[in-house]
Amino acid sequence: MSVVPLRVPAAETAQEPLRLKPAVRLTKVSKRFSNGTLAVEDFSFAFPQHGFISLLGPSGCGKSTILRMIAGLNRPSSGRIDWPNAVHDAAGQPERNLAFVFQEATLMPWATAIANVMLPLRLAGVSKDEARERSQVALAQVGIDDFANAYPRELSGGMKMRVSIARAIVERPRVLLMDEPFAALDEITRFKLNKDLLRLWQESNFTVVFVTHSVFESVFLSQHVLLMAARPGRVMARVPVDAPYPRDELFRTSAVYNERCRMVLELLGQASGHD
Amino acid sequence: MTDIHVPIQLPEFDLPEDKLAQDAEAPVERESSFASRALPKILAPLIVGILFVGGWEAAVRAYKIPYYVLPGPFTIVETLISDWGVLWASLLVTLTVTFQALFLAAFFGASLAILFSQSKLIEMSFFPYAVILQVTPIVAIAPLIIIWADDVRIALLICAWIVAFFPILSNTTLGLHSADHNLKNLFQLYRATRWQTLRFLKLPAAMPYFLAGLKISGGLSLIGAVVAEFVAGTGGRGSGLAYRILEAGFQLKIPRLFAALLLISLTGVVIFLIMSLISHLLLRTWHESAIRTEN
Ligand SMILES: Nc1ncnc2c1ncn2[C@@H]1O[C@H](COP(=O)(O)OP(=O)(O)O)[C@@H](O)[C@H]1O
Ligand SMILES: [Mg+2]
Repeated sequence: MSVVPLRVPAAETAQEPLRLKPAVRLTKVSKRFSNGTLAVEDFSFAFPQHGFISLLGPSGCGKSTILRMIAGLNRPSSGRIDWPNAVHDAAGQPERNLAFVFQEATLMPWATAIANVMLPLRLAGVSKDEARERSQVALAQVGIDDFANAYPRELSGGMKMRVSIARAIVERPRVLLMDEPFAALDEITRFKLNKDLLRLWQESNFTVVFVTHSVFESVFLSQHVLLMAARPGRVMARVPVDAPYPRDELFRTSAVYNERCRMVLELLGQASGHD
Repeated sequence: MTDIHVPIQLPEFDLPEDKLAQDAEAPVERESSFASRALPKILAPLIVGILFVGGWEAAVRAYKIPYYVLPGPFTIVETLISDWGVLWASLLVTLTVTFQALFLAAFFGASLAILFSQSKLIEMSFFPYAVILQVTPIVAIAPLIIIWADDVRIALLICAWIVAFFPILSNTTLGLHSADHNLKNLFQLYRATRWQTLRFLKLPAAMPYFLAGLKISGGLSLIGAVVAEFVAGTGGRGSGLAYRILEAGFQLKIPRLFAALLLISLTGVVIFLIMSLISHLLLRTWHESAIRTEN
């Protein structure tokens, strides 16, 4: 193993300055389901603080499984998931402080938009008044504070997703996990939500792990695209997208964007060529 | 034609984007033209009813059918008014048993379902017995219950309750399991307690199912109350409509029998309407069953 001079070896994380520690680090994480499916094999990646990382790959390559393991909804069969930067509670469990956005908005149909956004705060024991106030702010951040008292069925797909995002950010998470959040939306709504998500991310300091199967979306949004392949699910390549933020519609027509999209497409093509 | 001199670099989206996106994200519209929908719904069965009752009265008069075989609707209404004192007292008795049974069924059915949802073991252990209670015909167990219970009223209540309680139990049990899978994950992610998951997720998700059960049980508790009273067959001051029917049959007071029958049917309809109204009021903001949509 070649050690780059002046870099702190991974084992000595305690000595790393706080801001350099990754938000969450996966080390050789594998997941085999009880039915024998090897959904993820040897996934290693350190998600930097305030990073925006996309997982891109065909369906079935284990993207959702990785998110669910980070969220603690599934246990890895082997490997480790660390939260080097998190406060540990009395039981030694890390305060993960994360939020999840599903492909469906996953709102409670019996509750108004604001009541849905209040949920994480209410579950955490925040008083009703304070929860309402903070939820109103979160709804304003995603631009739908006018619809605070609407029921989910009265909202369009894009608006529901905004409520879902407001619910995710209301608790100011360190890590925001998003599983193909915009896949069910039309392109116009999707572009707008892409831009608004980037703005939200820049205004705050959470880390985004963004799962998508859209090449263009992943390149537009993220600092790094992790290209994944299926059977078994694994990382095939890591493509950095080193364009500055804020990124807007101009970026969609820039040379960097086009070049990165082509590169990712080519890599994906090579991967599927073996099938 | 207008000239297209927009520089390519200009972000074409930015200007119309807000409008476009707003259209794409516009709220779904609701619709509420009640009159055009409800009128035929009321009118059509009303016409059928009037024709039927008119035909009945006409047939009774034309063939001079004696009142102790088949009284006409007119005679029945007359009897209803003249015998109102006796019938009203009996109706109150039947109503009391019915609503007490329904209330107890709703309470125990829902409580037991909640208990089942907390422990798979409890559910597995007790659910089969609830099924056995349900599939055994009430007329077969009613004599036993009447012997065991000191008070006939209590016996009637138990019978009506047994019949009414199962739909609520099974529906609510189903409803408590029906919460959206991703929502369950979300609650898990936020480390919700059992109580929070029940209170904020499972109970609201089970509500439409519970109410559907309540609608069925409303009718069943009336049937249970009437059937049990038939089996008990005891008269006296505190007897309900079923005993009035038995009594009228023995005494060949056929118009009174029909009047009592009419009251039972009307009671059943009213109970159904009340349950439907409760269900509608509780679900109208969110559940598909209570929402009228245009298309
Ligand atoms: N609970 C499960 N039990 C068994 N196999 C599963 C389960 N969840 C996912 N898988 C399998 O694991 C693989 C990866 O699934 P997933 O992570 O959902 O992929 P993606 O999100 O990339 O589409 C698939 O082959 C899928 O069938
Ligand atoms: Mg998936």
